[in-house]
Amino acid sequence: MHGDGTREAARESPDSDQPITDQVSDADEGPVAARSGSRHGVPKAPRRRDARRSGEGLRDGSAAGKKPRSRADLVRTGVRGLGQTLITFGLVVLLFVVYELFVTDLFTNQRQEELTQELRQNWGDDPTVNGPDLPGGGLSSIPLGEGFAFIRIPAFGVDYVKVVIEGTDPDELEQGPGHYVDSAMPGDLGNFSLAGHRVGKGSPFLDLDRLQPGDAVVIETSDMWFTYVVLGDPTTGNFDADPSGIPGLEIVSPQDVDVVFPIPGVDDSSVEPTAAYLTLTTCHPKFSAEQRLIIHAILNGPGLPRADYPDGPPALTGG
Amino acid sequence: MYTWIWRVLPGGLPGKLVGSLVLLAGVSALLLFIVFPWVEPMLPFNDITVE
Repeated sequence: MHGDGTREAARESPDSDQPITDQVSDADEGPVAARSGSRHGVPKAPRRRDARRSGEGLRDGSAAGKKPRSRADLVRTGVRGLGQTLITFGLVVLLFVVYELFVTDLFTNQRQEELTQELRQNWGDDPTVNGPDLPGGGLSSIPLGEGFAFIRIPAFGVDYVKVVIEGTDPDELEQGPGHYVDSAMPGDLGNFSLAGHRVGKGSPFLDLDRLQPGDAVVIETSDMWFTYVVLGDPTTGNFDADPSGIPGLEIVSPQDVDVVFPIPGVDDSSVEPTAAYLTLTTCHPKFSAEQRLIIHAILNGPGLPRADYPDGPPALTGG
Repeated sequence: MYTWIWRVLPGGLPGKLVGSLVLLAGVSALLLFIVFPWVEPMLPFNDITVE
């Protein structure tokens, strides 16, 4: 204990170690302590020289015969600085990954809560003014960035509910799933299309690839419930076996805009849609933006008034 | 750089430890709440729409 203390003190001020070791030999009893004190003293001498070489030599640089030494010091300082810079850069990149995966979730979840409150409040005040024009709404008149519906996917759990925002710019999408502004409104003939983040920003569409044909996607608007079911053959799980010819799940390149056309995949504006589709787009594979994962669903039966079904349509309540 | 910071921080060992943590927290907060949200839109990781 005592010895440790003196050793530490000696290390901090190498020039004063001589008196301290003297003290040790004085205070502690006998020749053993004195010998150990002098043992301390021996290796300290080179260390002191060391300190002068790297520290003081750099600082004043006036001592004679400095040339080779100071160059070595410069190189050492440079290499150390480079190493520290690289390590720092690595840590910053790691922190960015943490930010993308976890911190953005916090921001988005908080924003979703605010939006939920706003939307519930708006609907409570006057559903006819703030809700979308239904049924025959046509092009959207909702301001960008405003929440206008809830999306529920029972396959992702009963607590999966997100506010749908108008618009698909980064500002909108970091708040929740966004509605392609030129696509149909919920329940309308055409293609109600949403984009959502796969990983980070609340990860609303993280598990889209786990959906199966026949799974329900429920949209809640100011006064109606709309239940869409994922296209494909529910008995075999084959996404491509839908009678409409539209796959329930597909992976496309980012340029394939026709997935959000009124009839998904039909690039012909003269053909009027005869069914109400729902399309969800997100990035694929996870952590990448190379391709897009697309889910197509179709409206299953007419919309149900919220007044008659306060707890939700059968897809939510009946399981 | 880190050596210099450590040397400049006041208050002995406890002071230096507290000072380091405060600095670390400050830099992290600056990155997480200001720098990263600003940098993020310029990076290609978040394209999820078809266009």
